[in-house]
Amino acid sequence: MKRVSVQCRQLRLAYGPSEVLKGVDLDVAAGEFFALLGPSGSGKSTLLRLIAGFARHHSGELLIDGVDVSAKAPWERNVGMVFQSYALWPHLSVWDNVAFGLVERRTDKATLRQKVGAALELVGLSAYAQRRPNQLSGGQQQRVALARTIVIEPQLLLLDEPLSNLDKTLRVQMRQELLAMQRRLGLTTVFVTHDQEEAMTTADRMAVLDGGVVQQVGTPTTLYDSPANAFVASFVGTMNLLPGRLLGRDPQGLRLDVDGVGEWTLPLADAASPTDGGVQLRVSFRPHALRLEPAGAPRDARHLWMPGTVEAAEFVGEFTRYRVRVGTQALAVDQAHQAGRQGFPVGGAVSLALDTSQVRLLAD
Amino acid sequence: MTPSTAPAAGPAAGPHAGRAGAWRAVGPGVWLAGALVLTFLLAFLVLPVARVFYTAFVESDGAPTLGHFAAFFSQGLMQEAFFNSLYVAVMSALFAALIAVPLAYFTVRFDFRGALLIQTLGVLPLIMPPFVGAVALQLIFGRSGSVNLLLGEWTGVTLPIMEGLNGVIFVEAIHYFPFILMNLTVALRNIDGAMEEAALNLGCRGWRLFSRVIFPLALPGFVAGASLVFVKVFDDLGTPLVLGQTNLLAPQAYLRITQVGLEDPMGYVISVIMIVFSIAAMALSARVLHGKDYATTQKGGGSLQRRALTPAGSLAAYAWIVAVLLVVLSPHLGVLLLSLAKVWSFSPLPDAYTLEHYATVFHDGSGMIRNTLLYCGLAAGIDVLLGVTIAYLMLRTRLPARQWLDWIATASLAVPGIVLAIGYLRLYKGVTLPGSELLITGTWVMIMLAYAVRRLPYALRSCVAALQQLHPSLEEAAENLGATPLRSIRRVVVPLMAGGILAGFVTSFITAAVELSATLLLTSAESQAPMSYGIYLYMQSVAGRGPGAALGVLAIVVVAVGTYLSHVVVERTHSRFQPAAKDAVA
Repeated sequence: MKRVSVQCRQLRLAYGPSEVLKGVDLDVAAGEFFALLGPSGSGKSTLLRLIAGFARHHSGELLIDGVDVSAKAPWERNVGMVFQSYALWPHLSVWDNVAFGLVERRTDKATLRQKVGAALELVGLSAYAQRRPNQLSGGQQQRVALARTIVIEPQLLLLDEPLSNLDKTLRVQMRQELLAMQRRLGLTTVFVTHDQEEAMTTADRMAVLDGGVVQQVGTPTTLYDSPANAFVASFVGTMNLLPGRLLGRDPQGLRLDVDGVGEWTLPLADAASPTDGGVQLRVSFRPHALRLEPAGAPRDARHLWMPGTVEAAEFVGEFTRYRVRVGTQALAVDQAHQAGRQGFPVGGAVSLALDTSQVRLLAD
Repeated sequence: MTPSTAPAAGPAAGPHAGRAGAWRAVGPGVWLAGALVLTFLLAFLVLPVARVFYTAFVESDGAPTLGHFAAFFSQGLMQEAFFNSLYVAVMSALFAALIAVPLAYFTVRFDFRGALLIQTLGVLPLIMPPFVGAVALQLIFGRSGSVNLLLGEWTGVTLPIMEGLNGVIFVEAIHYFPFILMNLTVALRNIDGAMEEAALNLGCRGWRLFSRVIFPLALPGFVAGASLVFVKVFDDLGTPLVLGQTNLLAPQAYLRITQVGLEDPMGYVISVIMIVFSIAAMALSARVLHGKDYATTQKGGGSLQRRALTPAGSLAAYAWIVAVLLVVLSPHLGVLLLSLAKVWSFSPLPDAYTLEHYATVFHDGSGMIRNTLLYCGLAAGIDVLLGVTIAYLMLRTRLPARQWLDWIATASLAVPGIVLAIGYLRLYKGVTLPGSELLITGTWVMIMLAYAVRRLPYALRSCVAALQQLHPSLEEAAENLGATPLRSIRRVVVPLMAGGILAGFVTSFITAAVELSATLLLTSAESQAPMSYGIYLYMQSVAGRGPGAALGVLAIVVVAVGTYLSHVVVERTHSRFQPAAKDAVA
């Protein structure tokens, strides 16, 4: 199967006065599993529908395999899409649903039978060919929708929140099946989701959208470890974000004034860090970059230490998430859980240790 | 500053917000379809009615005038007709409500077997045209009808049920109460049980619970039903004519046009008044309903609590239901008896029975039966074609002013059949069929078109509902797999709408089959007469009553079978497309 790439160049789209896409630039490489992640209303679904041809951009270029497809109707694009609701036709059997696209392509009967059979085989539903879609479970419907799409051998596969209608266990299982199938077919795939876990576990690379603008593109690890801005930082995983001001650089590192907490000195090595005094920024670090110790515990020099008060504790299972008051700020702290270990009581005084190597400074 | 993973809720630009405009950038096919529909509506609805209005407001030389209206209100006869019509319509709605409200409440509130009986009650009257029942009711409740003969024998007192306007009110009330019953039942069913529990919790119960909480919540359903009854009765021509009550608006318009002639302005003035009242009643009900969508059932919430009836309550409920059932069934029974009776006069039951009326009808009336099937079949066919087209244009394209097609088509609900017929006769006066000498108003085509226009709203609503239930992604999926819009209409949209289309066809067909008011005016030769006209004609003479009743029985059978079929089809399509509850997880 030929692997194709997708390029978006300054795509703009507005419905009346509300701009949905404000100049989107995106490159999806051939054979990649690419996720579009964003909250509802971020424009991610619109972007997917634009690639499928159900919406039309007002300016910019949309290239599939290097060819501008802007003027092509949906039925001319050969881009397979799996809909959020699956959109299986209730008046047709599973077999006829899968055969639909081949009939439109005037495929001869023998080939059609062979291809539909193979597609159903691929998704493990050969035994269900004569059933109606409403006689299948959610996971089976999802597989039919997938079979119906890949049987036409599309140059590109689009998935619109395909897992959101499944319950949690099934979602994880389908996620793995989907990925395995994509790897086997080598089909360039664009996947829309609002679930960051889903995006991170499956995607080769992902783009975070908000307000019709691409906030950041990169591998899941890049986005998690080096978010480009506060939105990405808080949308991908949980992040402590403290507003502050840069005071200056001295031999020990950067000196910061963190709002409501006080002055910190961070031994930041990376040269990219800002150096001008007075710049407003946000100090960011993940909850697991903090460690809780009893108040008065011995302090080492590798960590930045501060006193705090436990305000709340949520036992999640693998860890306990505490909300700890430091100065006027509340910080999220994840503490790995081990059986038999006593937690910190709510209302108690604690000592917080911050691993300064995990701190990133973000532009405000 | 709280760390957060919660995605900011942005403005919800729904994924389908811009769908319609995407590729269906109004192509020539869409324009053509819209133009054809509009031409039909203009030619056979808007212009004829406009012509009626125009004629009512101008002198014979074309000068504008209000003189015709002044003349109308200065004639004692016309004033009387006007007030009689209002009186009959209001009283019919009132009596219909008296029958329907307790029945609706019983079905929703109490757990008893009568509920099924009531649902049957809800359909039975509608399957018979009221003017057919009128004759039978006269034989049963009239001055020398069965009931009064027996009453007079036993007690010496007789009830003037069928005297004068009472007769019209009685016939209309027992024919049209199902409109209130059905609307009110749905409204009551949609009330969230928590509404009642909240009231109970605050100490409100019994009659106060009903009058302060339950009835107000169901009011929109009641108003919708009652205004429909008002409009239907106000416009009805057949019943008063058959009962010999000519001093009402519709019969007056009919008599003016048929006896004085097409030039008499009074017929047009009456037409305008009837339309104005129809629109006023509908506007009033729309106003009352505005912003009062009380469908309060919440997700997962139950509806009103059902209670078991006490033995005494049960007895009372059954007594009421049986009484209503007897009255409601009496026209059916009466027509059946009449069609089988050799002689039936001044006796509670016919003196002797025969099948010869049916033989007469099959001998003389087969042409009428054929005509009814032809006209109604064609009219219903036109209706679903227009219905599907308008629904598609409205919901799936961005044709400018597409909503107007829906509004115009629906407006025909407010046009009484007789007004439409007068409009046709006037607008197409002297127009001949292309290539012949045949007057177009003298052909059956006009009857058929009047049926199509009058019943279009039913088919249209049915098609719109069917298309609304289709998620646009079903068509997008087809296009995504390579189907052009026309192919996706053929392979996905129409098959999935089939149930709705068929239901629309049947509804249009059966309601057209019992249409009398337009038929009376537009039938110009006996060879063109459909069944409804034939029944009316037979019923004019005492000798014709037997065959008339036999034809009536046939009409009832046709309508009943049609109603049942459409019910079955709708249920079946509905269940086929719903997820089967348990065996889904295979």
